[in-house]
Amino acid sequence: MSGQAALRRDVAIVSWASFETPSEPARNEVEMLLPVVQEALGKVGLTQQDIGFTVSGSSDYLQGFPFAFVGALDAVGAWPPIRESHVEMDGAFALYEAVNVLQEEGIDTALVYAFARPSRGEVDRTLALQLDPYYVAPLWPDARGLAALQAQAMKDSGRFGDVPDLPPTYVADGCVAVVLAVGDRARELTKTPAWIRGIDHRIEPPSLGVRDLTTSPSTIAAGDAAGAAGADAAWLHVPYPHQELVLREALGLSGATVDSAAGPVMVGGLERLAAAAAGIAAGKARRAVAHATSGPCLQQNLVAVLEGVAQ
Amino acid sequence: MSEPVTIVETPIKLDFSYTPGVASSRFLRSLEKGKIVGQRCPKCKKVYMPPRGACSMCGVATDEELILSGKGTVCTFCVTRIPTPGLDAPYVSAWIRLDGADITSMFLIQECDPEEVRLGMRVEAVWVDEADREPNLGNIKYFRPTGEPDADYDTYKDYV
Amino acid sequence: MTESVLVAEHGIEYTYTRSTGPVIGAFLTALRDRQIVGVRGSDGRVIVPPTEYDPVTSEDLSEIVPVADEGVVTTWAWNDSPRMGQPLDRPFAWALVQLDGADTGLLAAVDAGEPGAMRTGVRVKARWADGRVGSIRDLACFEVVA
Repeated sequence: MSGQAALRRDVAIVSWASFETPSEPARNEVEMLLPVVQEALGKVGLTQQDIGFTVSGSSDYLQGFPFAFVGALDAVGAWPPIRESHVEMDGAFALYEAVNVLQEEGIDTALVYAFARPSRGEVDRTLALQLDPYYVAPLWPDARGLAALQAQAMKDSGRFGDVPDLPPTYVADGCVAVVLAVGDRARELTKTPAWIRGIDHRIEPPSLGVRDLTTSPSTIAAGDAAGAAGADAAWLHVPYPHQELVLREALGLSGATVDSAAGPVMVGGLERLAAAAAGIAAGKARRAVAHATSGPCLQQNLVAVLEGVAQ
Repeated sequence: MSEPVTIVETPIKLDFSYTPGVASSRFLRSLEKGKIVGQRCPKCKKVYMPPRGACSMCGVATDEELILSGKGTVCTFCVTRIPTPGLDAPYVSAWIRLDGADITSMFLIQECDPEEVRLGMRVEAVWVDEADREPNLGNIKYFRPTGEPDADYDTYKDYV
Repeated sequence: MTESVLVAEHGIEYTYTRSTGPVIGAFLTALRDRQIVGVRGSDGRVIVPPTEYDPVTSEDLSEIVPVADEGVVTTWAWNDSPRMGQPLDRPFAWALVQLDGADTGLLAAVDAGEPGAMRTGVRVKARWADGRVGSIRDLACFEVVA
């Protein structure tokens, strides 16, 4: 699928719930996730039995044991066996998979969730494991250090005016759950569906040294494919503040109101989609861009365009 | 000079302050007191041991706690004839359904000839000395036969 | 919930053993011999460290090209508090280094002593590790050329 042209069936975000805290002291991932999933389903009167497809985004390395994402299924009730999937990425990329599956006749609802408790480890080191395993990961670069290379390149380019100083890597625990529905099913479930008019994601080469870190060609391409031009509001996923400048330029957001947040790693991107849907539902935006990123220095970018009216 | 490089070793190491969660913490604390705590699903009524705070079949929180006896029934088992660090061969590992629980857990069976272990055999937990207990499952050293008559097949047939 | 939460220190460790393939293997073999090589991309650019496929066209790449062990910093960031596993245990700069003869940047540490010694465009030279085994860590770090 590439952008809005390929969405044969209208898909809307109909419900969402989220939780975020600097450091969750007691509850494990399942205990943290369960009430959030229940809230998102409950807001539109659904139970897991009503859901056609379930998909999650998380990273086992943050929990420190393999197949941790399977354990998280305890929070949704996966019996009798449900149709489900997982991406080892931010939950926004799980939502992309859900939008694709919802193009199939017979699957009318989807539950997408993401969770992470990075406060239990050292996220700046953990994220090194997503880097090239031969050339880069053995140096254990901290995530903030790589972002700082990007910030310096932006300063050197002279194109951005004041480039914000780099804060420490944002660390928070949390989870988010989003319910999607198709066409009339979405209209049944809520008076304020946020229709996904286009969605696309693109990726850049893994070698930092072959990229121009002051631009985001993957965001430009995803934005073009999703139809981001002309949005009046944007909810951007910005792990480090200077990256907002790159994203604003890539998406051409000169006239739009912009809301930026980092959010918990693996969760923050899906939270941006939920926040944009909330903005549409509340009438704060007519045509909203929601953005999510993953990987070092904005390596992978997803752009969705949401509207309050279906096509 | 030497052969070209074809293989590279890339070690990884990550450190965590692991917390097991609310339900598991309570379970592990109870083991320190010589008690086995399970949790009942409010919906399907299944009793989980160890409890994890949620019913994985229903996707609901499991708040109701109950104390399980340290007795159970062997649902299936395996005799291992290769020694492993800390265990002399042969040794027996078994899936045991504790009385009142609806899922099985794996424990060792000792104090009997491996050839005597059988499905339906009644067994009981043997605990480490009270002074040596810590909040972990190692407090249960192993299970041993109780000498009671074997359980009826119908009581454990769904767990074999 | 009157009882305190249990906390256990928990480490995971694993040594991945990876096949290098011909392109990465050529780079690591050269490092062992204190040399740096890249690969020629579809557009003629020399990519260092070498990639097996062209980042733009995805074409198979195989022409190994030697480059210098000296070059310029194209961007950098000071690292005040090195973490476990990083190339140096004292403050250093992360940098992308474009070696003479290369068209792309190599991520490396620069043992510059203090941030005032770093700037974009500064010339740096490789410092080699003792006991090289054919790993990116054979390139211990870079140092500023006076």
